[in-house]
Amino acid sequence: MTQVSMTVNGKAVSAPAEGRSLLSTYLREALQLTGTHVGCDTGQCGACTVHVNGKMVKSCNMFATEADGAEITTVEGMANGDGSLGVIQQAFQDHHGLQCGFCTPGMVMAAAALLKDNPKPSEAEVRAHLSGNLCRCTGYHNIVKSIMAASGQDVAAVAAE
Amino acid sequence: MYEFDIKAPSKLGKVVRKLKKDEDAVVLGGGQTLIPTLKQRLAAPSQLISLAKIDKLKGISSDNGVVTIGASTVHADVAADGAIPALSALAGGIGDPSVRNRGTIGGSLANNDPSACYPAGALGLGATIVTTDRKIAADDYFRGLFETALEGAEIITAIEFPVPDKAAYVKFDQPASRFALVGVFVSRTGSDVRVAVTGASESGVFRWAEAEAALAANFAPEALEGMTPSGDMIGDIHGSPEYRAHLVGVMARRAVAAC
Repeated sequence: MTQVSMTVNGKAVSAPAEGRSLLSTYLREALQLTGTHVGCDTGQCGACTVHVNGKMVKSCNMFATEADGAEITTVEGMANGDGSLGVIQQAFQDHHGLQCGFCTPGMVMAAAALLKDNPKPSEAEVRAHLSGNLCRCTGYHNIVKSIMAASGQDVAAVAAE
Repeated sequence: MYEFDIKAPSKLGKVVRKLKKDEDAVVLGGGQTLIPTLKQRLAAPSQLISLAKIDKLKGISSDNGVVTIGASTVHADVAADGAIPALSALAGGIGDPSVRNRGTIGGSLANNDPSACYPAGALGLGATIVTTDRKIAADDYFRGLFETALEGAEIITAIEFPVPDKAAYVKFDQPASRFALVGVFVSRTGSDVRVAVTGASESGVFRWAEAEAALAANFAPEALEGMTPSGDMIGDIHGSPEYRAHLVGVMARRAVAAC
């Protein structure tokens, strides 16, 4: 075990980890931040998506020790300071962007990464950006709608056909 | 996963020394293939030697018609670069955004997955693979499925890509994995034409010599009309060998049209 330290949602944290400990395991088990979900554990579903130094990554496809010294943002860091829902989270609620909710943490983190680089994405850009995030309720239309709404765009025409 | 330690030296020489001392040690690049492999217990390394702290392996530079990409450069950075637009487009189509933020060009080429995109780019542009020991022409580097010319403790440090006059990469995605079911990279530099095919052959990435000859005579999609490659094509649940051979022709014609 080695001591692994990083900044998670603005807070300095430190906990021991084995070489083979994944970042997702570290977040969920050592830090008890269970908002980051582990869906497939094969790097395909994206439910475990977090930001590492501002870039979205699958936390089940990275070792905890590789994040030593990094700035991590998880879905727990997406709410406003007063605990109310952040813009993206609120948009998911308003537009029924979740059904069972299991993929939602990953979808919200993917959306945040997209909107940081591309504040007004087209519907096609949103769909392409979500290529590594699976929703097994197949609720994609409303997820896309939520992300478009979070970017301040009119969503009446999204997935209208 | 089996148990192992991860070391992250800051000097390349130290990585090589560790590999020479321990033949069960494995190099960790971005981990986007290695970590899923370890999870399935398909590999049991004694230790992982990470390249993450070796800064000189990262970055892209252009000089005198050659673009040099450090082995640890992630796909997202190559996608954003644009010095060779076809190569950037290829990098921007690998996997998904999260994979592109971690996966590295050196890792992809060292792994040489028969359905990976980068091997087609390296072979299709006539790249040079620079390692800790030597320089290897792409034509001599790829040796079949997951096989390369790399020796035990040899590590890719950079890849040198000559800038082509024209190039394009077109792939038919396997929609679940987003690997290439078939991908074709076409480039033209002066009278030299290269056509590299990934995802199709039982022997891994290959140059399609008949297509190159046809395009050298007439660089147009019609020059490849009705042509399919010979040799053993991959057959699996995603497509039969005949289907893949057909796709190679279609993707090649589309790539030429996109040049």
